[in-house]
Amino acid sequence: MAPPEAVPQQEQEQKQVPEQVRQSAPAAVLEARSVSKRFPGVMALDDVSFSLRAGETHALVGENGAGKSTLIKVLTGVHRPDGGELRLGGQPVRFARPFEAQQAGISTIHQEVNLVPLMSVARNIFLGREPKNRIGLIDFARMHGEATELLDGFGIRVDPRKPLHTLGIGTQQMVALARAVSVDAQVVIMDEPTSSLEPREVETLFRIIGNLRCQGIAVLYVSHRMDELYRICDRVTVLRDGRHIHTGDLAGLGRVRLVSMMLGRDLSEARRTGLTRFDGDGRGDGHGDGRGDGHGEERDEGNDVAGTPERTPALTATRLNRRHQLHDISLSLYGGEVLGLGGLLGSGRSETAKVLAGALSLDSGELTVGGRTLRRMGSAGAIRAGISLLPEDRKAEGIVPGLSVRENIVLAAMPRLSRFGVVSRRKQDRVVDIFMRRLRIKASSPEQPVGELSGGNQQKVLLARWLCLEPKVLLLDEPTRGIDVGAKAEVQSLIDDLAREGLAVLLISSDIEELIEGADRVVVLRGGSVAGELEGDAVTESRLLEALADHSPAPTGKAPAGQEDPR
Amino acid sequence: MTAQATLPAPPGPLARLRDPAWYQEYGVYVAVAAVLAFNALFTEHFMTADNLRTQLVQVAPVVIVALGMALVIGTEGIDLSVGSTMALATALLPLYLGYGLVPALLVALLAGAVVGAVNGTLVSLVGLQPIVATLALFVGGRGLALVMADGQLKQIVNPDLLALGTGSCLGVPTVVLIAAILAAAVALLVRRTTFGRMIVAVGGNRSAAALAGLPVRRVLTGVYVLCGVLAALAGILATARLTASDPSSLGTLMELSAITAVVVGGTSLDGGSVRVLGTVAGALLMQLLRATLVKHDLPDSTAQIAQAAIIIAAVYVARERRSR
Repeated sequence: MAPPEAVPQQEQEQKQVPEQVRQSAPAAVLEARSVSKRFPGVMALDDVSFSLRAGETHALVGENGAGKSTLIKVLTGVHRPDGGELRLGGQPVRFARPFEAQQAGISTIHQEVNLVPLMSVARNIFLGREPKNRIGLIDFARMHGEATELLDGFGIRVDPRKPLHTLGIGTQQMVALARAVSVDAQVVIMDEPTSSLEPREVETLFRIIGNLRCQGIAVLYVSHRMDELYRICDRVTVLRDGRHIHTGDLAGLGRVRLVSMMLGRDLSEARRTGLTRFDGDGRGDGHGDGRGDGHGEERDEGNDVAGTPERTPALTATRLNRRHQLHDISLSLYGGEVLGLGGLLGSGRSETAKVLAGALSLDSGELTVGGRTLRRMGSAGAIRAGISLLPEDRKAEGIVPGLSVRENIVLAAMPRLSRFGVVSRRKQDRVVDIFMRRLRIKASSPEQPVGELSGGNQQKVLLARWLCLEPKVLLLDEPTRGIDVGAKAEVQSLIDDLAREGLAVLLISSDIEELIEGADRVVVLRGGSVAGELEGDAVTESRLLEALADHSPAPTGKAPAGQEDPR
Repeated sequence: MTAQATLPAPPGPLARLRDPAWYQEYGVYVAVAAVLAFNALFTEHFMTADNLRTQLVQVAPVVIVALGMALVIGTEGIDLSVGSTMALATALLPLYLGYGLVPALLVALLAGAVVGAVNGTLVSLVGLQPIVATLALFVGGRGLALVMADGQLKQIVNPDLLALGTGSCLGVPTVVLIAAILAAAVALLVRRTTFGRMIVAVGGNRSAAALAGLPVRRVLTGVYVLCGVLAALAGILATARLTASDPSSLGTLMELSAITAVVVGGTSLDGGSVRVLGTVAGALLMQLLRATLVKHDLPDSTAQIAQAAIIIAAVYVARERRSR
C-alpha cells in the first residue's frame, strides 16, 4: 500500500514541457490492468485496462451502464476489483478504503459538492489536516493565509473565513477542487464537474485544469459534453457494457467515430445522405450555450412531416426552457407517428419528456395540446389533457412494488374506475383483464405483487397503466431498457400498433437501432437544445450518429448524395 | 386484513416458521392468543367477562389513536402530536359543554381536524419531515390546551358526556363499540375507497403516485386530518371515562403507545401498507401483556421491559422482511 516515491521525479521532468507529453508517451501514473468487477447479475467491468499519464487530461466516456462509475470507484478505493490490478507509479497497489487512495494521491471531485456547507472555506480545504500551532490547536492565521494563496492560484477571490454555503455552487466546486489539489494529488478524477456550472465558471475550471496539467498532475475527466472533451482533453478512453473499447488521442478522432464507439454502432456506412436540416451545418462550432437562440422558430414553420403536411399536431412545444437543463426546445408531435428523441446521456431527453408530462416545471416556454395552451398543469393536468409518460426509472418512478398487478395498472385510472370514491372492483377487473391479455402480462394472477414480476412484465404493467387512460400522446422514456429480448420485441411492436391506431408517440431510446426502426422522425438533442431533426429517408444510423456527435464539417469523407444506406 | 394483496402460498407449516414474512403477517395474532392462553391457565380471574371488559375499555382510546397513526405511517409518515391533540380536545370540552353536548363534541373534533390540517400542510406543502412537522404541535398543542384550561383540572358533570364513558349497549361498553366501529370503517376506507388506495400508493412509491397524477398533497393532508380527528375523539372518550378534563396529563405518551401498536401490528414504517386489524391486535397485545404482569404482582418497570422486547422483536421481523 506504500505510496511509491519514484513518481514525483517523472512528473518533474514533464512539468516544463506539458505540450510534449503526448508525443513522448511517458510512463503511466495510474494504471488499471485487466480489472474486472462483478456485481450480482452484472459484469460491471470486464477485463478493463487503462492508463493515465502524468500531465495529461484524459477523457472517460461511455453511455449508461458502460462502467464509468465502477471504474472510478475501483480507482478511488470504493470498490475492490475482483480481478486484475491497479498500479500507481509502476507499483501494484491495493486500496482497502477510499482514504487510502486519497493518501496515495488520488483525489476525486464529484458531480455534487462533497463538503461541509456550514464550515468556512478554509476549514473545508484543510479538513482533517489543519495546520496546527505549538500547543496543538488549529493555526487559523496560517490556514486562512494558505487557503487564500491556494484559491488565488485558481484566480478565485473569496474570503476563506466565509461559510462555504454562502458561495455560489460554481465557487464551491472550485473550493472542492482546491481541496483535491492541495492534498498533493498526482491524479485528480473529475466526475461531470461542469454539470451545475455557469459558462464563466466552466472557463475558470478549464483554466485550473490547464494549471494542473502544467504541474504534471493527471486529470481523468468524465463528461457527456463533447465540446468540453475536445477542448481540454488529450486522450480519451471509451467504455461500453463494462468493456474497454478504445484508448487514444482525441485530436485525430472524429466526433462521429467517438459517438459510434460509445453506442457500439458500426461506422462503415457513415455518409451524408438525405435532405435533413442540421442546425450544426454551416456553423463553425457551437460554444455550448450560445446555441439554441432562434432555432425554435425554424422548427415551427417546417412541420412538413412526410405525407402529413396540413395536419395539426397533437402536441406542440415552443421554446421550452429550464435552467441548466433545457434551452429553447421546440418540437411538434403528430397523431399516428412515432417521434424519436435522440441524444446522448445528459442531453436533456428525459427532462424534455418530464416537462411535456407536467412532472417538471418550466422557466419559460409554451405547450399546446390539441389546440389548447397549457400552463403549469402538473402531472394530473397533463393526464387530463391526454398526455402520459412512461418514466425512465421503472423502480423509482414507476411501480409501487407492494401493490398488486391490478392496482398498479389502475393506479392512474383509479378515479375513473370508482363510484363516489369507492373502488369498483368490477370495472377494475374488466380493464385489468383486457390489458393483461392484450399486453400478454405474465403473472400468476392479477393479485400478485408487481415487485415479484420480471422487468419486462413490470414494464408492460406500466404501459397498461398509461394505456388504460386512453391517452392521445404517449411519452416513452427508454421503454425497453433492462428487459429481456422477447419482451423488448413485444413492446416495440406494441409501439408500432399504437401509432397506427392514431396515438402520438414520443420514443426516447439510447438504442440507436430502436430509434431508427421505430421512429418515423427523430429529433436530436444535444446539451439541452435541439441539435437537428431527421425525417423520412434521412433517419439512418449514420445521420443519427452525426447529429448526436455534433458533426462539424470535417473529417469523415462526404460521399456523393443519393446513395442510400443498405438499410 | 392487509392492504397488500395475497402473498404466495407458503410451502409448508415448518418452512413457514422460519419465514420472517409470516411473523410480520400473523405474529401479532399468535402473540395475543398466547397471552390469552397463558392467562387462562395461570392467572386467576383473568378470563372473566368483567376483567376482559375492563381491558377492552382501557385499550379503546389507544386503538382509536392507533388507527389514525396507521394511516399516517402507511404514507411513510409519523404523527407525534396525537397526545397533545387529545389534551386540546379535553381542554375544549368544558368550555363548550354549556352549549350542549353536540356543539362541544364538534368543537373538540374540529380542533383535531385543525391540528391535522396544520401537520398535513407542513408535511405536504412545506415539505418538512413528518417527525419535525408534528413535533411542533406535540410541544405547542399541550401548551395551548393548558392555556385554554387555565392549567386546571375540571370536573365533568354533564350526564350525556359521562354516559359516553360509562354506558353500554347489549353489555358492550359504548367506548369499545365506538372503537370497533371505527376500526371497521378505517378498514373499509383503506381497502375499498380510492382515498384508501391512494394512501397506500403514495406510501409505496411517492414519485410514481405523483407521475400517475394522484393528488399526493391532498392525500397527505387528508391523512393527517383524519389522524387528528381520531385523536380528538379518543381525547373525548378518555375525558368521559375520567369524568374530568385534565389537559396536563391526558394523552401523555399516547403517541408512543399508538406507534407501538401499529408497528407491533406488522405495519412497516417504510409505508406502503396499512394493517388495520393488525394494529388493533397490536394495541390489544400491549394492553394484555401489561395487565398480565400487573396481575402477577410484577412491578410496572418489568412491564415496560417486556413491552420494549416486543417492540424490538416486531421491528426486527419487519427489517428481515425488507432486506429479502
